[in-house]
Amino acid sequence: MDAEGGNAGEALLDVRGLTKIFGSLRACDGVDLKINRGEIHALLGENGAGKSTFVKMLFGSLEPYSGEIRWKGDKVRITSPGEARRLGIGMVFQHFSLFDALTAAENIALSLDDGSPIGTIAAKAKALSYSYGLPLDPYSLVGDLSVGERQRIEIIRCLLQTPDLIILDEPTSVLTPQEADKLFETLERLRSEGKSILYISHRLEEVKRMCDGATVLRHGKVVGHCDPRQETAASLARMMVGSEVSAVTRPPVDTKADHSPLLEIRDLSRKAATPFSVPLRAISLSVKAGEVIGIAGVAGNGQGEFFEAVSGEALQDNAGSVRISGKDAGRLSISKRRLLGAAFVPEERLGHGAAPLMSLSENLLLSRYSTDRKAFLGPLGTIRTATIESASERIIKHMDVRMSGKDPEAAALSGGNLQKFIVGRELDRQPSVMVVNQPTWGVDAGAAARIRQALIELARGGSAVLVISQDLDELFEISDYVAVMHDGAMSQPFAIAEATFEKIGLLMGGAAPEQAHPVGEIA
Amino acid sequence: MMRIELIKRPQHSALFSALSPIIALVLTLVFGAILFALLGRNPVTAMYIYFVSPLTQVWQIHELAVKAAPLILIAVGLAVCYRSNNWNIGAEGQLTMGAIAGSILPVLVPEYQGVFLLPLMLIMGMAGGALYAAIPALLKVRFNTNEILSSLMLVYVAQLFLDWVVRGPWRDPQGYNFPQTIQFSDAAILPELFPASGRASWAFVFAIVAALIVWFLMAKTLKGFEVKVIGQSPRAGRFAGFSTGRMVLFAFMVSGALAGLAGISEVSATINQLQPVISPGYGFTAIIVAFLGRLNPIGIIAAGLVLALSYLGGEAAQAAIGISDKTARVFQGMLLFFVLASDTLIYYRIRLITSRRAAGEAALEHS
Amino acid sequence: MNILEAVLITIVTASTPLLIAAMGELVVERSGVLNLGVEGMMVMGSVSGFAAAYMTGSPWLGALAAIIVGAVFSLLFAFLTLTLVTNQVATGLALTLLGLGLSGMLGEPFVGHPGVRMDNIHIPGLSDLPLVGGLLFGEDPLFYISILLVIAVSWFLFKTRAGLTLRSVGDNHGSAHALGIPVIGIRYLAVMFGGACAGLAGAQLSLVYTPQWVENMTAGRGWIALALVVFASWRPWRVFAGAYLFGALTIAQLHVQAIDLNSLGFLPGPFYWLLAALKSVPTQFLSSLPYLATIVVLVLISRNRRLTMVNTPASLGRAFVPDR
Repeated sequence: MDAEGGNAGEALLDVRGLTKIFGSLRACDGVDLKINRGEIHALLGENGAGKSTFVKMLFGSLEPYSGEIRWKGDKVRITSPGEARRLGIGMVFQHFSLFDALTAAENIALSLDDGSPIGTIAAKAKALSYSYGLPLDPYSLVGDLSVGERQRIEIIRCLLQTPDLIILDEPTSVLTPQEADKLFETLERLRSEGKSILYISHRLEEVKRMCDGATVLRHGKVVGHCDPRQETAASLARMMVGSEVSAVTRPPVDTKADHSPLLEIRDLSRKAATPFSVPLRAISLSVKAGEVIGIAGVAGNGQGEFFEAVSGEALQDNAGSVRISGKDAGRLSISKRRLLGAAFVPEERLGHGAAPLMSLSENLLLSRYSTDRKAFLGPLGTIRTATIESASERIIKHMDVRMSGKDPEAAALSGGNLQKFIVGRELDRQPSVMVVNQPTWGVDAGAAARIRQALIELARGGSAVLVISQDLDELFEISDYVAVMHDGAMSQPFAIAEATFEKIGLLMGGAAPEQAHPVGEIA
Repeated sequence: MMRIELIKRPQHSALFSALSPIIALVLTLVFGAILFALLGRNPVTAMYIYFVSPLTQVWQIHELAVKAAPLILIAVGLAVCYRSNNWNIGAEGQLTMGAIAGSILPVLVPEYQGVFLLPLMLIMGMAGGALYAAIPALLKVRFNTNEILSSLMLVYVAQLFLDWVVRGPWRDPQGYNFPQTIQFSDAAILPELFPASGRASWAFVFAIVAALIVWFLMAKTLKGFEVKVIGQSPRAGRFAGFSTGRMVLFAFMVSGALAGLAGISEVSATINQLQPVISPGYGFTAIIVAFLGRLNPIGIIAAGLVLALSYLGGEAAQAAIGISDKTARVFQGMLLFFVLASDTLIYYRIRLITSRRAAGEAALEHS
Repeated sequence: MNILEAVLITIVTASTPLLIAAMGELVVERSGVLNLGVEGMMVMGSVSGFAAAYMTGSPWLGALAAIIVGAVFSLLFAFLTLTLVTNQVATGLALTLLGLGLSGMLGEPFVGHPGVRMDNIHIPGLSDLPLVGGLLFGEDPLFYISILLVIAVSWFLFKTRAGLTLRSVGDNHGSAHALGIPVIGIRYLAVMFGGACAGLAGAQLSLVYTPQWVENMTAGRGWIALALVVFASWRPWRVFAGAYLFGALTIAQLHVQAIDLNSLGFLPGPFYWLLAALKSVPTQFLSSLPYLATIVVLVLISRNRRLTMVNTPASLGRAFVPDR
């Protein structure tokens, strides 16, 4: 191309004006980004800022609308992931691109384009995994592995291609703090070997700690390049969000108010319903009026199963294992539990909390037809559309749900706005017990703050709130007490004032409670 | 190289929901004309004979209603099934069992000719169809058995059972050994609507009433909402507190009852006795009717008439220009293909891309 | 040739079409696509195989025509479900309905004409061996092809990189796409392979099993083949076992229907009475046995939810729209 091609001083990757358009949305709008050899470069941005779209273009899974990519000084077109791998770009996906029914070695083989036999690949993968301290059994089935182990396969698969640039998309969101530390060590070592890393995260502390440079995206546009080590977490957050994020305030629990337990779980056990689900082991917990209890844990440790058991989507054998407002509810259906005053918000928005192709008002009816039967249904079970629509508008207004058109389908809303509606749908009832799984997963900062604040206010108004979350920052922000789930069992809850990242992290990793109390901390 | 790219619409398109059956019909007519040309017939004449000539006289309109009645009845029930994501494809068997169950009284107790005879026959027909449809439903709920395969297998079983019934225990002793039951008495025959002008019977009224009731159920009541939620996303249905198991039974039994009603109506009104073959595949053609009507009972009335016309057209074409009446089934099959293809337009915009990376390439070149 | 040998050979002939069709569908489903149009593709294979053999006089050209027609016919399904992302269940039904209609129309001129039979092979010496000669070395050629097919599919799926890729697409099309595996392209090929197999299976009926053309002559065999794939938990050698189980059942009930009790007086009492009892059952009930057996087998296999969940290709029947 020109004389500078391949010059050692040249940036490894130099992206100019990269743009991607989906329909009328400019997901990436003229993005510039430069990464030097041996640099760990952070790509920062809120959910929906365009980070994933950008890296998918770098990895060849999306084609850019316009813009150019220079790799080692040469202009390149990355037409497929295979092409990206040939150039020396590797990727560790956020939601993993693994195959549950295949072994680790087979998974790795699928992205190596050399056709060597599985045995050879397995041996290589095993050797490499041990050399990086990420031990791996190449013949284990991926479906049987924990999220942390799955990520190891992704990383080893990537490293086996000897890439010059490794893209990691939100790698720590599925790890315990200790596992994350281990990952950072690996990344430091890769940097010292001269490899470059593009690190996508919204966790500002880890970016400050590790990255040499950062590019911040907002609404698909670059709003700034910076050296994260020179910034504060607050200044980075401002760049990402564009304005001050209204801080969530957690007033102290009113000690004079009634604190009778509204949700009690006693010795709740459940067998694994499917080969891929986790059995629940003798969980006991009590949530009192006025307080928020948070449940931490790495994904796949039984949170979903626990939610189903508490909500009544799955019934228990023992009626007393779940008590709502002082009544045995273990044998009651989800509708009956709602009639006792409970409300539920599941993790998945589309397809669980809401039917994607139904309008918002129909989705309001979905979880409220039993509690609001008199208002919403006529004789013969006919649906009172007008009443439901006006109730839906009330919720939309209260939660500031942004949408186009009147009463759109659930699938047409952004994640944050749909989540505000789903949470608002339950808050609107003033439930005495609220159980939420991952309240702000994939939600932008503004919506997240609003949802968190609303949950705290519900509790302070005299309800019992139980929040299951994988986001420790969130739990620290809203919980009065925290318990940790690991492998289907739950720790004793402890007051948030006594909690540290380290302590929770050890429990998330499966340490026995006594190990989670280092001597110094108890003293 | 040309390729087709689908772009998801933010919301489903109401325009194409209405247009897609029409697009499908037009495409079927175009391809039908091509087919006739290939068979060496003048497409215009053939199309006229096929789709217009069967509608030129009053008695022919009656025939249309005769053929449309079972199609509409069955398809309305199938719509409930398909909306709730239950793949009942055994309506032909449920029709057969309904016909047999409904014929118990007129065949075994021919001396009973009271006013309750017809209502009892219809109720027993519906019960027969519903119970037969309950088999695949129960197997699905209890044992997780694929209802597509089990309901279809039961079609063959029902047809063989009918064959045995009319050759064995129920054979007319005075019937010269023909495989058929005795003729139904007049009291067991569903009356014609306007006997002066043609054969159309009360079966057509049943079909319209069934369509209206099911439309009300689906569009206006919580039960219909339940059907739609469970069909769209079972997990959201469970979250709502609806029981998927009970829904399987409900949907299958409703559609089985309607297929059974179609069966006994057809036997009572049109054939007046049981014989080894009582349906030209209404149970299968109704699948096409259900989809052409976009699983909406009102749409199904129109779609039932269209498909009934294809049967009449086939007969007319065979008589007039010597084209096999089997072309009717080809038309029906093509129609379903085009309906399914056109439905894509409801959820996606379709973009034709002539050169693989035309857009991106041009942009890169100009940057 | 004794009676037992004759019975065994008819079992082989009855099992072969099930085996071939199910083998094709197994590959299709392993790639994550559920094609319920097997019956339609099969019956198209029957009519085109018969017609081509009738017109050219060569059963081999008949088989070839059936393979091509089956594959081309399956393209209709592939285009709708893979390119236009239509519902796979409904589209498969459409393919069956269209196939039954189209074959009825195309086959009309051939009804009642004697067909061309594909002769059994004969290896001098080997085929004449007592007991096993005819069974192992004197079958029709499609039998040998069907066995080769099982070996080839089994080897392809589990021993080759291409087979691994196909399985990965069936397990998780999202992951496969993210890695740059051409999901849609692979599925097109798999569906066409399934179509070719179904076509050949259909031709076996009109060239070997009963060399003639009768409308709807597949009589639900395509559906039984679909059930066999579930029964076999998507494993080639279990499909083989299942196909022979069903073939044996079909033939057994036919033989019971045709049996002459007077000639069987030599049998030990209990056997004789058992046969006599079966013989007294109306033929319609015997004829419905294969269909009822299909249901029973499906119930037995799917009763264990865990087992089905582990074995079913995870993407089976799910729509996939790649983002670009």
